Amino acid sequence: MSHASLKVNGQVHVVDVDPKCPLLYVLRDNLALNNPRFGCGLGQCGACTVLLDGRAVRSCQLPVANVIGKEIVTLEGLEVAGNPHPVQKAFIAEQTFQCGYCLNGWVLTAKALLDKNPAPSDDEMRGAFESLVCRCGSHVGIFAAVRRAADATKRSA
Amino acid sequence: MAPKTTLSRREFVKDTGGLLIGFSLADSAIVPRLLAAASPESVATPSPSRLDAWLRIGKDGIVHVFTGKPEIGMGVETAYAQIVAEELDVSIDRVDFVLGDTAQTANQGGVGGSTSIMMGAKPLRNAAANARYLLAQLASRRLGAPPEQLQVKDGIVSVIGDVSKKISYADLASGGDLNDALKVSGEGFALNVEGAGKPKDPSTYTIVGKSAPRVDLPPKILGKYKYVTDVRVEGMLHGRVIRPSGVGATLVSVDENSAKAIPGYVKAVVKGNFVGVVAENEWAAVQAAKAVKVTWTAPKQAFPEQQDLYKHMRATAPKASKETLNRGDAAAALANVAKKLEATYECPFQSHATMGPGCAVADVHTDGVTTVWSGGQKPHDLQKGFAQLLRVPIDTVRVIWMEDAGSYGRPGFEDAAADAVLLSQAVGKPVRVQWMREDMTAWGSKGPAVLCDLAAGFDAQGEVSAVQFTSRAFSGGETHFRPDAMGNYLGAQLTGIPNTTGVDEFAQWGVQAPPYTFGNIHAMANVIPALYESASPLRTTHLRDPEGPATSFAVESIMDEIAAAAGVDPLDFRLKYLDEPRAKAVLTAAAQRAGWDRRPSPKKNSASGEIATGRGIALSTRNGTYVGTVAEVEVNRRTGAVRVKRFVCAHDCGLIINPDALRTTIEANLIQSMGRTLLEEVMFDRSNVTSVDWRTYPVARASDIPSQVEVVLLNHPELPPNGAGEPSSRNVPAAIANAVFDATGARVRQMPLTPVRVKAAFAAVQRE
Repeated sequence: MSHASLKVNGQVHVVDVDPKCPLLYVLRDNLALNNPRFGCGLGQCGACTVLLDGRAVRSCQLPVANVIGKEIVTLEGLEVAGNPHPVQKAFIAEQTFQCGYCLNGWVLTAKALLDKNPAPSDDEMRGAFESLVCRCGSHVGIFAAVRRAADATKRSA
Repeated sequence: MAPKTTLSRREFVKDTGGLLIGFSLADSAIVPRLLAAASPESVATPSPSRLDAWLRIGKDGIVHVFTGKPEIGMGVETAYAQIVAEELDVSIDRVDFVLGDTAQTANQGGVGGSTSIMMGAKPLRNAAANARYLLAQLASRRLGAPPEQLQVKDGIVSVIGDVSKKISYADLASGGDLNDALKVSGEGFALNVEGAGKPKDPSTYTIVGKSAPRVDLPPKILGKYKYVTDVRVEGMLHGRVIRPSGVGATLVSVDENSAKAIPGYVKAVVKGNFVGVVAENEWAAVQAAKAVKVTWTAPKQAFPEQQDLYKHMRATAPKASKETLNRGDAAAALANVAKKLEATYECPFQSHATMGPGCAVADVHTDGVTTVWSGGQKPHDLQKGFAQLLRVPIDTVRVIWMEDAGSYGRPGFEDAAADAVLLSQAVGKPVRVQWMREDMTAWGSKGPAVLCDLAAGFDAQGEVSAVQFTSRAFSGGETHFRPDAMGNYLGAQLTGIPNTTGVDEFAQWGVQAPPYTFGNIHAMANVIPALYESASPLRTTHLRDPEGPATSFAVESIMDEIAAAAGVDPLDFRLKYLDEPRAKAVLTAAAQRAGWDRRPSPKKNSASGEIATGRGIALSTRNGTYVGTVAEVEVNRRTGAVRVKRFVCAHDCGLIINPDALRTTIEANLIQSMGRTLLEEVMFDRSNVTSVDWRTYPVARASDIPSQVEVVLLNHPELPPNGAGEPSSRNVPAAIANAVFDATGARVRQMPLTPVRVKAAFAAVQRE
């Protein structure tokens, strides 16, 4: 066990953890951030996604020692001053998801995608999402929400 | 390294009570009940016979509704809010729910069979109607006007013609008695209550039938929702389970030495062949489950080789058989036909493979009150089963349902909760268990493998004269879908408790297949004995639309085979043999929207070119719901890959409560069932399930999703609302297989339609 200083959603937290502990468990169990979710622990589904320096990464296999000094953003950190992020607004407007257990991965991956590529083609969107699982099958609404968010970005640009 | 944000049980109760729609404890009439429920004496399930067991109005005007029905991701809570708001004339956002807490909600049998609206909404509708009636009586006295001269707008009662005379529901409720007696009938799904107040005439609805945003989605998408995985209670430890090395393996020894070095490790728990580890933090539990050295005897060779599964099912004597339909004399008719067609359709074991593995928190006190936070569909059944497992009175067990990751039947959430109970009992502290991925995909109960033999004969004019249907399937209920007995749970079975509640559930024509009007039909269903009697990773249970997709795959495929043999368009052929107007209407509506290319299958020129395209149609009928689905596919002749390009689904479930939420639920059914059709197959060897994760049990991913998914809703306000959670899953396999045939002339009769099977079907066509 050792002390690690983590910057999560703009705040610095000092936690006493095993440096090899995956970031997922630290976020959930030490910081009570619930949205990075355990889906497989194998990097195959994306439920545990966080943004690490703006990139969507899997936290379930990422040792906490590897993220010291980096900017970590979870779904909880997307809201700005109480306002939902435009990507969240688009998902709410489209009424996307059934159970929603996977949505953490989709929303954060969508944000990372649109930050890099504000107008993704259908193929680019599918490519960015191929490593995510939605077991309920809410993909139609997910794609619609990403298109809606991209359109909103275009309008406000 | 205790979690920093730990809620006490009482705080947690508050927290779950106010989870979704900010319900203020301070000014709500509900406070005494909530707090009382958390005290040891009163975790008994409330009787449904009083109105306040269903509905209470807070001083803030919030309508608190208590239902034993959980939400499993299809928007039922929102639909209930609409139904209650409609009857009470309040806005939807004034209605708040407690779902599936056994100490606060009546036992409605949990969720299942797409009945939550069809049956489960009835007592809520009646309770709300009765509350409105009582409030009108109270208002009449307070305002000095007869009830028929009163109107209600968003919870404010006023006198028609003199709106200055008004009073709120909140004021009426705080001064009056809403604890009216109700007449109770039925139990489980059929539980209903009635009082003096009668529900509205559906033709006057203003809230029901209009799209309402789902109440659970904003908190979920904004990251504020709490699933069962997010429960933290004071002093909670973390558990993981260690399953046997294979089916029938028994425990030889457990060596904890290497785990003891892990900081936070508490102990291994061993009870018969049930093995788990408990630690102070989750990461320690995960590591310990790998570090503990567990030695097992060699597992049994209880399963056939995978490639011999259907051979095994055919060769094994059924344990039970049932004639499900016998009209005319099919055998005699078949002996005397111009042309006869015979085919066998096969569907493998499939897994619920929920997005999150099972998770639960249990705080066991065999001398006091036991509390279990669990997902799943049937909290009151779990209460009963856990009381039996712990040998304590049922009134001392409280199960608090919280949403888990999907469900799709009886996926294993129940088993995870039983694991938590066993571990908490052993260590005397609250324990949170979350399964690892393999525990869910490999060791969760499975949807049964189903094999259907079909024979059809027609006369010289191409008229169908007889159809014979014979299924051979593992029971749909080796693990009973109601988890209300201790032997139901995997962990309990591993401790040596036998499963005594399994049932024979059949794959039936006539129940899972549409009502075609052929003069001679004979249908037999046979149940094949379980491959292993206890704690088997291939034990079967309800998976979304039990036996439906498999049976529909067979029946709706042979319908196309007959149509093709008769040279008739598959839509026209179905319409010819259907009487039921709603069945005809969904097929016609789907075909119309799809721009159905009316002609016999297969398509001309289907034998050339690398990419072949085709369209297929199939019908689903399920407990009063009708679904017609058209699939358009692309088949790659070189690779055998099938890609669905478009779905058009026409859906009639009677009265529609919430069109938008219904549409998204149908879309999800189509996509999930497409994955079951093209990809999903539980793999196994002689002793183990080898589908353990998302690579070995693939489901539909982004690249598989059709570019067009269109849902046509056929509303019937004059009919009662029927189920929509499963019917649109049912006919997807046949719609796709029929489209593949249309594209290529190759008939694939085994699910999933993998490239290998599709190519084998091409080869079979070429040999013909």
